[in-house]
Amino acid sequence: MSQSLSSNYSLSELLACVASRLLEDNKAVFVGTGLPMISTMLAQRTHAPNILIIFEAGGIGPQVPVLPISVGDSRTFYRAMAASSMHDVMSAAQAGFVDYAFLGAAAMDTYGNLNTTVIGDWEQPKVRLPGSGGANDLGSLCWRTLYIMRNQSQRTFMKKLEFLTTPGWLTGNGAREAAGLPAGCGPYRVITQLGVYGFDEQTKRLTLLSLHPGVTVDEVQANSDFEILIPDEIPVTEPPSITEQRILREIDPTGLVLGK
Amino acid sequence: MAKTIEILAEGKGELIGWHDPDDNRAWVREHKSRGLIDKRMSVQQAVKRFVRDGDYMAIGGFGHVRVPMSIVYEIIRQQRRDLVMAGKTAVHDIDLLIGAGCVSKVECAYSFGHELRGLSPAGRRAVESGQVKVAAEISNGGYQWRFLAGMMGIPFIPTRNLAGTDTFEKSSAKQIRDPWSGKPVTLVPAAYPDVALFHVPRCDQYGNAQIDGILVEDFELARAARRVIITTEEIVDNDEIRREPDRTAIPFYVVDAVCEVPYGAHPSLMPYQYYFDEKHIREWLTLAKTVEGAQQYFEKYVFGVADFEEYLEKVGGLRTMSQLKQVENLRAPLPDSES
Repeated sequence: MSQSLSSNYSLSELLACVASRLLEDNKAVFVGTGLPMISTMLAQRTHAPNILIIFEAGGIGPQVPVLPISVGDSRTFYRAMAASSMHDVMSAAQAGFVDYAFLGAAAMDTYGNLNTTVIGDWEQPKVRLPGSGGANDLGSLCWRTLYIMRNQSQRTFMKKLEFLTTPGWLTGNGAREAAGLPAGCGPYRVITQLGVYGFDEQTKRLTLLSLHPGVTVDEVQANSDFEILIPDEIPVTEPPSITEQRILREIDPTGLVLGK
Repeated sequence: MAKTIEILAEGKGELIGWHDPDDNRAWVREHKSRGLIDKRMSVQQAVKRFVRDGDYMAIGGFGHVRVPMSIVYEIIRQQRRDLVMAGKTAVHDIDLLIGAGCVSKVECAYSFGHELRGLSPAGRRAVESGQVKVAAEISNGGYQWRFLAGMMGIPFIPTRNLAGTDTFEKSSAKQIRDPWSGKPVTLVPAAYPDVALFHVPRCDQYGNAQIDGILVEDFELARAARRVIITTEEIVDNDEIRREPDRTAIPFYVVDAVCEVPYGAHPSLMPYQYYFDEKHIREWLTLAKTVEGAQQYFEKYVFGVADFEEYLEKVGGLRTMSQLKQVENLRAPLPDSES
């Protein structure tokens, strides 16, 4: 994808392209609404035509025609391998068939744990959010979890979450297995407006992997309530190609997710 | 010496909708007919007979997909109160019921949001003001496995999600040491809703229902619930069911009421038939920003009309429905909901 790079792209387009490139052909990915869906559709139309897309409401292996609004939308089982059930697809994840889970995230800590339940006290919340949805299941049961976050800041990269909805690495190496979650799986990559992150092998803490064009390490650190591990050498994220950009516009012609 | 199973952790959320499996078996034996009974009735009758104040209620479909909206409107019209809602990907349905004051408690896997369309003003307002209490948390997968255990007539089912999180802490699940692997394993309790509602494309007079497209968790939920109301795009002859018996998703003996309601999922999506009515959903989300606005919505679309047919006229009748059909079948693009 190195030829014909775009010099004029939106943040959403950048995030979608970066996320899309992480997905591999002939692997299974469990997808949520919004940017995760667009990124996966882009992967299907570029380097991963045989990626197995799975939706929590039961869509398995569709050729998604246009951007679905919901993970239960009929577009999620358009020209699919199967129109199945939640029990079927959640069981597939629990049994080890699903390589990637792809989630949008609102608030995260250094171990990649997520809060989508509540801001403030659980009994008397300041803001009530929708809750786990399928996120806890996907984060528990799929091999590798990817997150997309548009708005990394001190309020979304938090030292301590107000509620731990979905498991990341919990409290560090080995904590997931000790808690009873399936062995050998967990968060893999985090993509924000500033860069791409992974998790340190020893500590399972968030580590910077690449900076988006024009972003500095200081900005990355300033937009986090916890300390981010910074390696010595940090590459720059490759921007969207002209082709990727064109396909993204075909996927979301009305700008539902990408913006107008 | 008796051996004991080690309980490693217990969620502190309220246990909702659980029965001793023997009690539920006895209830089923007495109350669920295995006879072929013509169960056709109006939406008004179905709600009157089978939805009671204080019921633990679950609604089929997923989010804004294949939701039995005619029943939801009728519950609001008949002013049921203190419903305990299964927040199993409950979106538009629960939002309206909360906004109309029908709900006092929610067990939440996914509620108070509309996926890409944003958070729900009515649901949020009710929880943040204390009008509606969230009694327990769970996940989508966890909730449908509660119904699976209910359908199987067993007290709980082991799963490998939830562990290590606050979602578990606020759930009614427990964790034990698996006597085989020696590893911790989550147990989610069975759930038996007092009443469950579904919208399907085809159903016969006895309650044999076919579903096109994804089943979501309707297969499990219908078999776990004590009372089941089905609304259907059309009532078909029993011969049609018998001709393709592999298509029966919900069998007659779990069903209590069958109501013929064309377009009965509007404004939600009916696979292969009509798409989401984004304009109508947007109208609700805009009006629901204030208590008065929500009231205005109910006056216009629920109390201001006699029944679902009159409601359909109000949302644009056949013109709207054929447009939504075009969108669903990819013959027309999604109209801009802002305009």
